[in-house]
Amino acid sequence: MKQIIQQAPARANNRRVRKLKDLAGHAIFLIGTLFSVVILIILLTSMLSEGLRHLDWQFLTSFPSRMAAKSGILPALVGSVWLIGLTALIAIPVGIGAAIYIENYGKDNRFNRLIKVNIANLAGVPSIVYGMLGLSLFVRTFGFGRSILSGALTMALLILPILIVAASEALRDVPKSIIEGSYAVGSTKLQTITKMILPYAFPRILTGIILALSRAIGETAPLLLIGAFSFVRFLPENVLSAFTVLPIQIYVWAGKPQASFHEITSAAIIVLLIVMILINGLAIFLRNKFETGKQPD
Amino acid sequence: MKAHQSTFTLKTLISLIMIIALTMTLLAGCSAGASTTSEGAAPAETKVALAAGLSGQIIIDGSSTVFPISEAVSEEFTNSNPDVQVPVGYSGTGGGFKKFIAGETDISNASRPIKDTEAQALKDAGIEYTEIKVAYDGLTVVVNAANDFATDITVDELAKIWAPHSAVMLWSDVRAEWPAEKIGLYGPGSDSGTFEYFTEEITGEAGAIRTDYTPSEDDNVLVQGVAGDKYAMGFFGYAYYLENADKLKALSINGISPEIATIKDGTYSPLSRPLFIYVKNSSLEREEVVAFMDYFLTEGTVLVEEVGYVGLTDAEYATELAKLG
Repeated sequence: MKQIIQQAPARANNRRVRKLKDLAGHAIFLIGTLFSVVILIILLTSMLSEGLRHLDWQFLTSFPSRMAAKSGILPALVGSVWLIGLTALIAIPVGIGAAIYIENYGKDNRFNRLIKVNIANLAGVPSIVYGMLGLSLFVRTFGFGRSILSGALTMALLILPILIVAASEALRDVPKSIIEGSYAVGSTKLQTITKMILPYAFPRILTGIILALSRAIGETAPLLLIGAFSFVRFLPENVLSAFTVLPIQIYVWAGKPQASFHEITSAAIIVLLIVMILINGLAIFLRNKFETGKQPD
Repeated sequence: MKAHQSTFTLKTLISLIMIIALTMTLLAGCSAGASTTSEGAAPAETKVALAAGLSGQIIIDGSSTVFPISEAVSEEFTNSNPDVQVPVGYSGTGGGFKKFIAGETDISNASRPIKDTEAQALKDAGIEYTEIKVAYDGLTVVVNAANDFATDITVDELAKIWAPHSAVMLWSDVRAEWPAEKIGLYGPGSDSGTFEYFTEEITGEAGAIRTDYTPSEDDNVLVQGVAGDKYAMGFFGYAYYLENADKLKALSINGISPEIATIKDGTYSPLSRPLFIYVKNSSLEREEVVAFMDYFLTEGTVLVEEVGYVGLTDAEYATELAKLG
């Protein structure tokens, strides 16, 4: 009894230390979270306070000009939509196809392992390297010129590794019971893939697609290298048209000596952010839609 | 249940792709009426002589220093010739020449004269060209606006400061009467024509410079750097000084201050440099290119000073125009 009483202060002390440590941990993690949030808020407020008053219908529907007040973002906005649309058309079928091969057809031999390692490594290659590849392959060898098609093919190459890795992971996580059940009722492999595996994995594949496309929207360097223009006063007419995109327009305006251009740079960044939020929003909407569709059984 | 759900998904994927395709077709429809086009690599000659006037595409690329001039001329020219497309790129002088050599551009912007190697490559490729001087730029040596001791500097002093392995650390190392404060040095990165010109004129060899200065490819970063450091010194194009004259002070070089008049007549020496465009001779057979060059060197010359550069004299522009035959 006496002993216990003597130990009590020590135990209380111990408890205090542990509680302090707990509190410190809490604080550290909170600071970590706040840090990125605060940076984001600072960035957004400076952007909004500078750019918002320039963001109007005229800004969205005008061509760029040497005078900031008359400048607009239209060719860059339309160019970005074209580029991302075409990139999606090229990269999605190829990416999902490759993922299906890797997960469902490719045997676990040395060749296929080599392919997998290569794809994972390609995801880490700097984007400028894809620009160099695109310039020599699509612009010059294939003769597509400095066109949206060249840009979209280059962007597709750039995002394919991300897409394939994401899609493979989604396909791999399809429960074996579903696949075996499908075979048990006599489905062929193709039927199993298109009717069972793909629908199950689709929401997660979609997430991968969106992440990949978001990356493509923000890319500047490879597009400058393949010859996207910096000053364009017309809209693209077909996939072989010359073009510019939002990040390039932002880059050009930010480099101008006049302060008035730095303000419309902020407005252009807001437009780019809105486009990204819209695409991400679409992705979340679609994913939720398909995920609830899977609930019933 | 499953079968129903799966067709739904695939159908949605397909319709998603179709929506993308449709949107793009619509966008194409919207702009198709605006103008006729010819593809980048092979201009369609047949489309040139339309009743509405000139049409076609003139592709310009190259130096980011010359970019604002070509941009302004392109804007005004296409305003009065809406069927001509004049996209301007931003690849840098060297990068622009690579595209010029590959036959991908009609006009190449350059903030330095063409190098022998580039001229040889053009010869090998069978591309003939005409060099046109379009403007002058005065490389401006700036200090902080609060710097009250330095107003001028000599070329020799600049060479001493910027030489490779320079021992100059303090302002008092340059002139004894200046304060013993550390000089903060700011300058363009090694990719730019500005850097190449400055080093060639000041340290005597292109690319030779001390390495312990703060470089940036973005001139606005240099402006911020010098504006935020009372004892800083930096150099960049005249246009960037002009826009930030409230935050910066330009130093006279050998007693001559950088002004439009001194840059134009060459007395602001040696840092007044000419800017060029190189035109492919075969492109000059197309009437829209001839009209564009004509505009560039006559009415368009007022735009040069509007965007912060210094124009040639009228006589000089006439000489340049005569080169086009």
